[in-house]
Amino acid sequence: MKRIALLGMPNTGKSTFFNRLTGAGARVGNWPGITVDLLAAKILLEGSMVEMVDLPGIYNLHGFSDDEQVVRHFLESQTVNGLVVILNATQLDRQLALLLQLKALKLPMTLVLNMSDEAKQLGVKIDLAELARNLDMPVTLISAKYGQGFESARHTIEQILRHNPTARLADTEGLSQDDRIEVEVELDRIVSGTVSTPITLPPNITRRLDRVLLHPWLGLPLFFITVFLLFQLIYGIGTPLQDGMNWGLEQIKTSLLQPALANAPLPIRSFIQDGLFDGVGTVLSFLPIIVVFFIFMAIIEDSGYLARAAYLMDAVMAKLGLDGRSFVMQLMGFGCNVPALMGTRVMRSRALRLLTMLVIPFSLCSARLQVFLFFTTAIFAPRAAAVVMFSLYLMSFLMAFLTALVWRGKYRSVEPLLLELPPYRFPTFKHLLVQGWQQSQYFLSRASGYIVGGVIVIWALTHYPFDVPPASPATLAGQLADYMAPLFQPLGIDRLLSVALLFGFIAKEIVIGALAVIYSAGQSNLSGIIAGKLDWVQAYSFMLFTLIYTPCLSTVAVLKQESKSWRFTALAVAWPLGMAWLVSFAFYQSTRALGW
Amino acid sequence: MHSNPPYDKNKNVSHLEKFMHTSLDLLFPNQSGTIETIAAEPELGRRMAALGLRPGRRIEVLRMAPLKGPLQIRIGHTELMIRRVDAAKICVNFVA
Repeated sequence: MKRIALLGMPNTGKSTFFNRLTGAGARVGNWPGITVDLLAAKILLEGSMVEMVDLPGIYNLHGFSDDEQVVRHFLESQTVNGLVVILNATQLDRQLALLLQLKALKLPMTLVLNMSDEAKQLGVKIDLAELARNLDMPVTLISAKYGQGFESARHTIEQILRHNPTARLADTEGLSQDDRIEVEVELDRIVSGTVSTPITLPPNITRRLDRVLLHPWLGLPLFFITVFLLFQLIYGIGTPLQDGMNWGLEQIKTSLLQPALANAPLPIRSFIQDGLFDGVGTVLSFLPIIVVFFIFMAIIEDSGYLARAAYLMDAVMAKLGLDGRSFVMQLMGFGCNVPALMGTRVMRSRALRLLTMLVIPFSLCSARLQVFLFFTTAIFAPRAAAVVMFSLYLMSFLMAFLTALVWRGKYRSVEPLLLELPPYRFPTFKHLLVQGWQQSQYFLSRASGYIVGGVIVIWALTHYPFDVPPASPATLAGQLADYMAPLFQPLGIDRLLSVALLFGFIAKEIVIGALAVIYSAGQSNLSGIIAGKLDWVQAYSFMLFTLIYTPCLSTVAVLKQESKSWRFTALAVAWPLGMAWLVSFAFYQSTRALGW
Repeated sequence: MHSNPPYDKNKNVSHLEKFMHTSLDLLFPNQSGTIETIAAEPELGRRMAALGLRPGRRIEVLRMAPLKGPLQIRIGHTELMIRRVDAAKICVNFVA
């Protein structure tokens, strides 16, 4: 198949261009040896199907950032019919350098200058004909956001395809040669001959907004208010949708699935109802929150505020080896870890991303909150309950910072921290929808298999053999709890509770329900039973363990999906598990030693 | 780095219109200068060049984040955040 690769600097609207050109049909492609997700879409151009690949934004073809290496690797190993290079029309004075480097690849190429609307506002004038003559390639001026100039950009791509019917590899010499000084000389020559920029900037809205939003003392409080509002909006809208989804699934289960399976043999009925259906249900219940999350994150990112968050929080977060965007994602994790982990994709340095992904699962998400609310109200007096809840939030942050401090050496970002603070921009509605759509597609295609598989494994553990009550001591889970007893006894967690922890591995939402099954009690009198069986030290130890250990199967699946590394996923599971054990052990043993 | 003594912020400069050399992190907010030399390691230097930080270019410090946080700078139509340690690698000359 014919293939066209899209290349450009970050913040040039490359993805907007890609989405507009390809519609909603983009998929994450599989490329050998590449650890970054590349979107690809097949579109009809010149009467044949053409694969468009959206390569990550790079600053320099010869740089060593993760994205720059990915692009080089792609160009070394994949044949293309041509390159479409997208640059920001207002920043040609520096961005053309990338195009000049790319020319050395000796591939058919066209230049697309985006953000014609901003260039016009700023009074930047570009002599397109002269630029095309200098560069010896077609040049089009477009606004990907508003769709202007789109037809001619498409037309040029078709011309490239017509003149270059066979795909080829890039000239390796062009990939390996380092920055030549001639590039800079040529850059200055071309820019001075084709681009005219007014010397003074018109006082624009970005400068005025920055004066407030990046204010030395107002900036941080405003940042926290923004993140708080964002959080309220995402989960205020997402959680009811999630509840609705769960309600709908429950309806399907009770009114369709159960009657249909009424005559099926018990193992099959149990497998379909409690294994397969619940597995699929677990996946689906995340969808509403992922869509809402990515719509709002796209607003924050496209508006340019996320880069400002990095600026505002850098002084604090740099000490932890993280940056302000990590902090935003960590806070979002307090709603749900899954979208927060996916959201780390805005950080382009792999080491920084991995460290952030190691930290996020400690955020006390709303599912864990349910467990803690149940336990604290069952065990503690109202006033003490508030203190207990507060201490758990404190512990959540403590664990996150400790983890960052311990692992920042291993996941040290080598990428220089020079972040562009782009002008404030309004995202388009369509782009927001595309974001929500693409991310849920991605979650479904990559994580759902692991989640359903995991739920089925836990189902088998807690339901086999089929002739005994689920989760009872005679099941596999009960036997496993026997084996694990020496590990959990020193934490004050008995065998029944440790089976609940096994359920909690699927999702914390089902822990309370699982406890009801385990103690064969209804949800209503469960709190009485729990209060009768556990003292506060045991209960708190159980909560500490629940807070710190692996949040849920979906989180693990997304950790794998995002890191593309089993080793990292294993670490991200083992480390919190170890921490959970140590913290619970230290708490339980010391309080017992103090005589409680 | 540069051999000139660092510019003392507290000293009153009496000779107006006098060119001074200093490193970027020592400029005040709203002060601008021209980049003279950049002494950064290759990877950082490459990124700086790609973002427009090259000798001869005009650069303006817009503001500084508190707690020794990064600088917000502008070069052409590009605004950037740069950490102070990295800004110290850029030598600028400016009109005092």
